[in-house]
Amino acid sequence: MGEPSFLVHKPTAHDSAAMQVAGRAPYVDDLPEPPGLLHLAFGLSTIAHGAITGIDLAAVRAAPGVVAVYTAQDIPGTNDVSPFAGDDPMLAKNEVLFFGQPIFLVAATSARAARRAAKLGRVSYEPRPAILTIEEALARQSFIEPSQIMGHGDVEAALSNAPHRVTGRLEMGGQDHFYLEGQVALAIPGEDGTIHLHASSQHPSEVQHLVAHLLHRNSADVVVEVRRMGGGFGGKETQPALFAAAAALVAHHTGRPAKFRADRDDDMEITGKRHDFHVTYDVGFDAQGRILGLRLELASRCGWSTDLSPAINDRAMFHADNCYFLPAVEIISHRCRTNTVSNTAFRGFGGPQGMLAIERIIDHVASETGCDALAVRRANFYDTPGMDSGRRTTPYGMAVEDFVAPEIMAELEESSLYQQRVAAVEAFNAVNTVLKKGIAMTPVKFGISFTTTHLNQAGALVLVYADGSVSLNHGGTEMGQGLNIKVAQVVADVFGIPLSQIRITATRTDKVPNTSATAASSGSDLNGMAAYHAAIQIRDRLAHMLGERHGVAAELVRFTPDGVVAGETVIPFAQVTKQAYLARVQLSASGFYATPDIAYDRTAHKGRPFYYFAYGAAVSEVVIDTLTGEHRVLSADILHDAGRSLNPAIDLGQVEGAYVQGMGWLTTEELVWNEKGRLTTHAPSTYKIPTANDRPARMEMRLWQQGRAHVPTIHRSKAVGEPPFMLAISVFSALTQAVMAAAPGKGFPALNAPATPERVLAAIAELRGRHG
Amino acid sequence: MSALHFLLNGQPVTLADPDPTGTLLDWLRYQARATGSKEGCAEGDCGACTVLVGELTGPDDALVWRAVNGCIQFLPMLDGRAVLTVEGVKDSPVQRAMVACHGSQCGFCTPGFVMSLQGRAMGALGTVGADVGDVLAGNLCRCTGYGPILEAGRRCPSGTAATQDEATRQALIAMRRETSLALSHEDHLASQTRRAFSPRSSDELAALLLAHPGARLVAGATDVGLWVTKQHRDIETLIFLGECADLRAIKDTDDGLRLYAGVRYNEAHAALARLSPDLGELMRRIAGTQVRNAGTICGNIANGSPIGDMPPALIAMDARLTLRRGDERREIALEDFFIAYGQQDRAPDEFVESVFIPRPAADTQIHIAKLSKRFDSDISAVCGGFALTIADGMVQQARIAFGGMAGTPQRASHCEAALTGNSWNAATIEAACAALAHDYAPLSDMRGSAAYRLEAAANLLRRIFSGQTRGVLDTALLDTWSELRHG
Repeated sequence: MGEPSFLVHKPTAHDSAAMQVAGRAPYVDDLPEPPGLLHLAFGLSTIAHGAITGIDLAAVRAAPGVVAVYTAQDIPGTNDVSPFAGDDPMLAKNEVLFFGQPIFLVAATSARAARRAAKLGRVSYEPRPAILTIEEALARQSFIEPSQIMGHGDVEAALSNAPHRVTGRLEMGGQDHFYLEGQVALAIPGEDGTIHLHASSQHPSEVQHLVAHLLHRNSADVVVEVRRMGGGFGGKETQPALFAAAAALVAHHTGRPAKFRADRDDDMEITGKRHDFHVTYDVGFDAQGRILGLRLELASRCGWSTDLSPAINDRAMFHADNCYFLPAVEIISHRCRTNTVSNTAFRGFGGPQGMLAIERIIDHVASETGCDALAVRRANFYDTPGMDSGRRTTPYGMAVEDFVAPEIMAELEESSLYQQRVAAVEAFNAVNTVLKKGIAMTPVKFGISFTTTHLNQAGALVLVYADGSVSLNHGGTEMGQGLNIKVAQVVADVFGIPLSQIRITATRTDKVPNTSATAASSGSDLNGMAAYHAAIQIRDRLAHMLGERHGVAAELVRFTPDGVVAGETVIPFAQVTKQAYLARVQLSASGFYATPDIAYDRTAHKGRPFYYFAYGAAVSEVVIDTLTGEHRVLSADILHDAGRSLNPAIDLGQVEGAYVQGMGWLTTEELVWNEKGRLTTHAPSTYKIPTANDRPARMEMRLWQQGRAHVPTIHRSKAVGEPPFMLAISVFSALTQAVMAAAPGKGFPALNAPATPERVLAAIAELRGRHG
Repeated sequence: MSALHFLLNGQPVTLADPDPTGTLLDWLRYQARATGSKEGCAEGDCGACTVLVGELTGPDDALVWRAVNGCIQFLPMLDGRAVLTVEGVKDSPVQRAMVACHGSQCGFCTPGFVMSLQGRAMGALGTVGADVGDVLAGNLCRCTGYGPILEAGRRCPSGTAATQDEATRQALIAMRRETSLALSHEDHLASQTRRAFSPRSSDELAALLLAHPGARLVAGATDVGLWVTKQHRDIETLIFLGECADLRAIKDTDDGLRLYAGVRYNEAHAALARLSPDLGELMRRIAGTQVRNAGTICGNIANGSPIGDMPPALIAMDARLTLRRGDERREIALEDFFIAYGQQDRAPDEFVESVFIPRPAADTQIHIAKLSKRFDSDISAVCGGFALTIADGMVQQARIAFGGMAGTPQRASHCEAALTGNSWNAATIEAACAALAHDYAPLSDMRGSAAYRLEAAANLLRRIFSGQTRGVLDTALLDTWSELRHG
């Protein structure tokens, strides 16, 4: 990859953009409905925990339009839609474990008929005590797996010897994905019991394998196809299997096509979300705010089943250092089992929760020492590549070899006029009593790779036709993040052909097998490299053919936008492919990639789980109304490291979208459950994601021009899907600063997330009420 | 048998006795196979289904477009109108700008944004003079962070696309019906014959309601729509108000403003803002453009929500309702309309014909404040309306009402009493704030706890006082933000 590139690093538009603005990009529910299509709905549990003592579905079966009704008994194979633990039944059998759990499945001639009939089921229960909160789960020792411990050093000694020590607590809420396209799947029965599924899934292979085993078939009998999703954000990593399995079950039993298009409210009640966390900490530090010892306890609400919670909580631990060297640290992680939705992957995958914890601790330490928060952040940094002060090892034993956060912070400090603005905020606060401002700069260091090592693999299939056009397929899925255009740029660049010559095709399990989820920000790292390897094989064959014909060494044949250059001759690519066809040269190849150099021992929580780190930093400035708790994000300045970006336009889109989504998590997006364990915020009328008017009034975003992966990633780019989500932690820090300004000299506020007006007002009241 | 007629992207459509509670979005997607418009929520909160509806308005039959949520537009509401969906917008400057600005990532919300921006470019209802962010606040995007979409909007300013499509106008004139629409539909799922009427005058409406007491009146369907899409309620008889020409009137006089039952939020926005800038600001923050282009002020009052977007402000301003039954009319104070939670002073064969909002006296200040988790398109946790007459440092008169504090929007009589006749000073304010605890015992729900509601309600009064004594700069949170965004 040493050669100059023609198409990568260019701000090319999303390949589907023109179709999308015209309403011509089809999603699953837009596909032509096959004749005889059945529409599905679940009957849901109306209690949080209990034994099922009876299911009376007579009225459901008798309802107009109903064709079939199924319960757990009707599943021919394994009643499970879990990613690995085997504890996610598609339909509850003997026991319900959360309010909203699917118990029976209705297939009817219309969606309206199915949904109406689903309300007619009569399920009787013997209620059991429900554990709804983290506190209840901790008290009852209700966990999905044993609590995990990570760390190094003598924490007890470090804490007791530290000149200063403080304890604290932070509660942070979960987050609904609110993908605009809800969960949907269309199953079409094929010959000999096979099933073709159109799914909205980040993980078609998992859907394939689960559906096959649920139907007691082989994986090869099921094809899952994903052209695009209307948003995923992690909410379509494991969650779509339930809906796809339901559609497949109906198609299997009836021989008719079946579509499950979940109603938004049902979707929000049934599917998992970002984990909410309770954090307690005990931190020792010196007068400059340098952390000497830290005991950090993280407790998350995993919900009723395992799902991906072990890895998510691991990632929270992996990011509880962020950019800071912790000489003596113990991170304890409790994974609480509760009778609520089974929480799942969501952009950052636990990382944001761990990182918010340590940034809160830094803010608290700065407040205690009276030092500037930015100075405290710097004082705690890891060593940069040139330094050797023994501050390089993470709590999980990995050396941070690419620590560029200080460079990014310094550049951002200057470009954002951070110091002048800190002074301006202080001046504002000196003269205003009702409104108070806050400003904060926070860094991000995010580990790139699936921490479950074997998932770091990908495949691609590149087909070149005799006319020089290229059909591109890979195992990654498109959810709007621009994966397909990035991979297409990589492949077009290999051949020196315009993007118009490349046909991007739907992800299909019968083209690339055993794929990993498009998750962990790894999409372009893995699939870009796999497609590159496929394309290079074909290019090498072409170069070899041309080299022989034109008497030049194959490695000197160059594929340029002006044509293929072999010695003095320039040949259009389409002519080369035609010659290759006639010469019986193979014009297709599959590519494969497995991330090198990573290994992790989960029992010891030691190893190198990440290939590299992605970095960024943000400055956010906020203003609060101290009488109502209302607040606005006034401005955001962001500098983000996407390495040598494959597509700066796409990557900046990820940065901005992630920041605003993170801001929503920490401000307006509040999930509320009632005392019965029912989610009461299950629609956009009650669950408030940011609107266009919540975007900061002023936003300056740039990709870091010096960015370059220190390991050989695809064109030295870096993963960008998740890392910028955590830039929004600067909003929470700024809000904390503003609350402090409302009660100067009273100490550090107990602000929790999401910082709704109510929580901001409560934090001010509590702070003002303190003595001293 | 009866049929309704409308234009879909310029082409005439006839539907014979469709389900009058069938939605435009479902019809587009599953009957017409025009799948560009998406369903994101089916409750009018995400805007993925945004389409433009054009109708003939005024004596000149001008074609006026407005963006609405197709997911809660019942089919009879389209009779005689023109529907423009994303399929009908071909390679427009808005679409090109959305691509050029990278405004489409997953693309699912994109057609809705395109239609909202297209409406703005066409000068559709509620967009002229409005900030692009306000035009888009009813469209949710989860991918972009909105910057590229806002930029695309800025590149296609209001009024840059043609609005007076003469062919459409003539087609609608030709389509105008001789007699009122009446539909009858057999709903086999509900085992019900569902009937719908679309009277063309208030007299016809009054007579129909006498003949069908308890019929469900539908203006914009921004609430009733959800009864159908979310609750699967079977409504036997519906009477649509949208064709009653005389109920579309806005009477703006020296005494005040009279809004008839068919007046949509955005049609009244300018007149309400002239009555009180705070009322205009409250309107800006009620729902999104699409809902304000469909829902009516009188419908908002008649449905009796305990929050009541508009009623707290209107009660403070001493608004009065005219209710009509047959040819009989009675006028009541708006505050008396709300009897208890879910109960209003309206007989089954009676309807809210108009609301009158008196013009505030020159010496009366109107303050309206809404508290919600999100500024735009959110239901209030607390909404307070204050009409204060202060002269010579004394509070001469105080009318205060809150929504979200009780089962209905309600006056704060103890608070008012604590203010009236007393000096406008900190001690009086504190006494008035304390009195609020005697006025209200609010509930806790997902929008706010009882304690927050009580404290914040009192603080709204403190904020008014603080704004007057310390200057508004210290209290105008949103202005601080807007000045930055608009430079």
